[in-house]
Amino acid sequence: MKQAHGKTKKFGMVIDLDKCTGCGTCMVACMAENNVPFRKDETDKRLSITWMQVYKLTNGKSYPDAEICYLPRPCQHCEGHHSGHSPCVSVCPATATDYDSETGIVSQIYTRCFGCRYCMAACPYHARYFNWWDPVWPGDMEKYLSPNVSPRMRGVVEKCSFCFHRYQLAMEKAILEGRHELEEQEYQTSCTQACPAGAITFGDLNNPEHKVHQLAQPDPHHHGRPKNPKVFRLLERLHTNPKIYYFSSKEWVRRAGDNYVKDESKSDHHE
Amino acid sequence: MDSALFPKGVQRCSMGKFFLGLSIAGAVLLWGVLGLFLCWIKGLNQTNMNDYYGFAIWIWADLAVIALGGGAFFTGLLRYIFGIDELKNIINFAVLIGFICYSSALLILAIDVGQPLRSWFIFWHANVHSMLTEVAFCLSCYFAVLTIEYIPLILENRQLDKVPFIHNLTHNMHHIMAVFAATGAFLSFFHQGSLGGVPGVLFGRPFAFREHILVWPYSFFLFTWSAAAYGPCFTLFITWITEKISGKQLVKDNVVQLLAKISGWMIITYIIAKIADTVYWAMVTAPSKGFALMDFYSNNALYGIWILFAEIVLCGVVPGLILISPKLRANPTTRLIAIILGVIGVSLNRWVLVLQVMAVPVMSFDTWALYYPSWQEVATTVLPVAYGVMMIMISYRYLPIFPQEVELNPIEPLPTETVTEIEVDKETAEEAMVSEGEPAPAQA
Repeated sequence: MKQAHGKTKKFGMVIDLDKCTGCGTCMVACMAENNVPFRKDETDKRLSITWMQVYKLTNGKSYPDAEICYLPRPCQHCEGHHSGHSPCVSVCPATATDYDSETGIVSQIYTRCFGCRYCMAACPYHARYFNWWDPVWPGDMEKYLSPNVSPRMRGVVEKCSFCFHRYQLAMEKAILEGRHELEEQEYQTSCTQACPAGAITFGDLNNPEHKVHQLAQPDPHHHGRPKNPKVFRLLERLHTNPKIYYFSSKEWVRRAGDNYVKDESKSDHHE
Repeated sequence: MDSALFPKGVQRCSMGKFFLGLSIAGAVLLWGVLGLFLCWIKGLNQTNMNDYYGFAIWIWADLAVIALGGGAFFTGLLRYIFGIDELKNIINFAVLIGFICYSSALLILAIDVGQPLRSWFIFWHANVHSMLTEVAFCLSCYFAVLTIEYIPLILENRQLDKVPFIHNLTHNMHHIMAVFAATGAFLSFFHQGSLGGVPGVLFGRPFAFREHILVWPYSFFLFTWSAAAYGPCFTLFITWITEKISGKQLVKDNVVQLLAKISGWMIITYIIAKIADTVYWAMVTAPSKGFALMDFYSNNALYGIWILFAEIVLCGVVPGLILISPKLRANPTTRLIAIILGVIGVSLNRWVLVLQVMAVPVMSFDTWALYYPSWQEVATTVLPVAYGVMMIMISYRYLPIFPQEVELNPIEPLPTETVTEIEVDKETAEEAMVSEGEPAPAQA
């Protein structure tokens, strides 16, 4: 579907894993920006809501050959093998999550979600989180909540929205100024701006002038698969067609992005 | 005390014994209700589920009882559409078990969702591409069908049947029951199938994903097939338990053997299809996504290759072969073993396709997610079992569930002094004599 007043966007990210230090600033920025709730005891990480989650990868070797890599994982905003056939969107029984063909963003409608968690089962990236508790903000923290993002109630699923409220605010401003297109820097996610190493690049993958497009070089004939040999997407072989691209100069990191049966080389499946 | 409510010509245990049994089941039920209300009031934080393990034990129980309750639609199909008349002697019980299973399944779903008051959104904001939407629609409709099939059975109660309107209503409902049996079979095909589609369409989960025929993954057809195959095993198993507890033969051997034989052939054909599906998945589908078969069965504490062997060979091939063998089927011990293995087999299949799907890591740097249920989950999962026991107790006591019971257990004349002890009232005996041992008509 074409956008009424502009070109169809496909917002996405390139995350440079060579630059990521695993500091977690992106996670903190995301939580503050999006009113992500937390509890007093967050020891069980499988109960923590972290729209942006930093994973620690190792090459499995011993010192002195041991290497580590940190991999930030937001929602991958999958497009699927045909437009909008994301793993989660296709299964939600109540249309509480949707694929916006104008922006490529996978949305979550909190007031429509009834908490069946089928989308969580469908997502191989574990990018979706369930509100096992009602959010409780300690002390005066409630005053610091962002008015642009609705807090979520117990019993519904939530996930990264690519800071969609920022897109809405930027578009409102642009329309007031008589424009229908945004400049690259007008819409940036909070994690992108917060990263002290500048590891995250965000923009429109459809726009050749945007840096994400230049870094990822998405191939429109192969569902956006990166032409840049040092860029990969997580679980490419599942045909989820995600919009998060990862850059790494290390072969073992790129290989960790997918699964291979024994003795299978990466090139075996790439074409 | 309540003997006037008993079906004609049958004996039942004393009121005290009956209430003792009900109280034990009721205590378990209350424990389940406590767990249920804790989940509703405090939320799903009462469970041990987490963001990796979003589907847990009661979703397995949900799928398992729906599969086990498949005996209702399949026996109905055989009785009313294929005209296998002998099955009229077990169809009532199959319907009752189906009713219990499906009402339990709906209750479990009502506990499982995070916002139960929004459950109707699945109908209002329906996503027609979602297998779960199809499940919701077909499950609700089929439960309505089962209710319609169960109502005439209730109305057959001896006292209710005395009301002319009710008697005629029941009579007329019997006449149109074939329509509901056909509707039930049609709806069951789709909801059993769509439950199979729930894991089968998860293309992000290579352990669950299956290749498709049009929009339906192979698991769609396998779920329907397995419910039809193993559902009768559960009907026969519960019949056996009821016979043991009541101390009476309630269904003639030829009926049991016939249903066991049909179940056996269904299991054998199903298991051949299941093996073909598993081989294709292991050799083609999973490797195309970067997974070898043993990736799904290694490096964890629970899911070894034994589970695949147990599901397909031990609880699939073995009961199938026993039940198609006339000699082994005729032997009550081997037949019972086969029936129990069948019940375990289909339950194991549902376990694997719900819980193991959650456990298997997909990203190469992720780890296995294992989980154990909280007591609230166990209580709410046991709740339907207690509810089922109570439903069967009450239905068996007051309704003519087993048409052959009178014939198989004629009331012998007893010495005068013992008659009062076992509480067989005069009215019961008189009505039994009037009926001249003629078995009650079958209901559905």
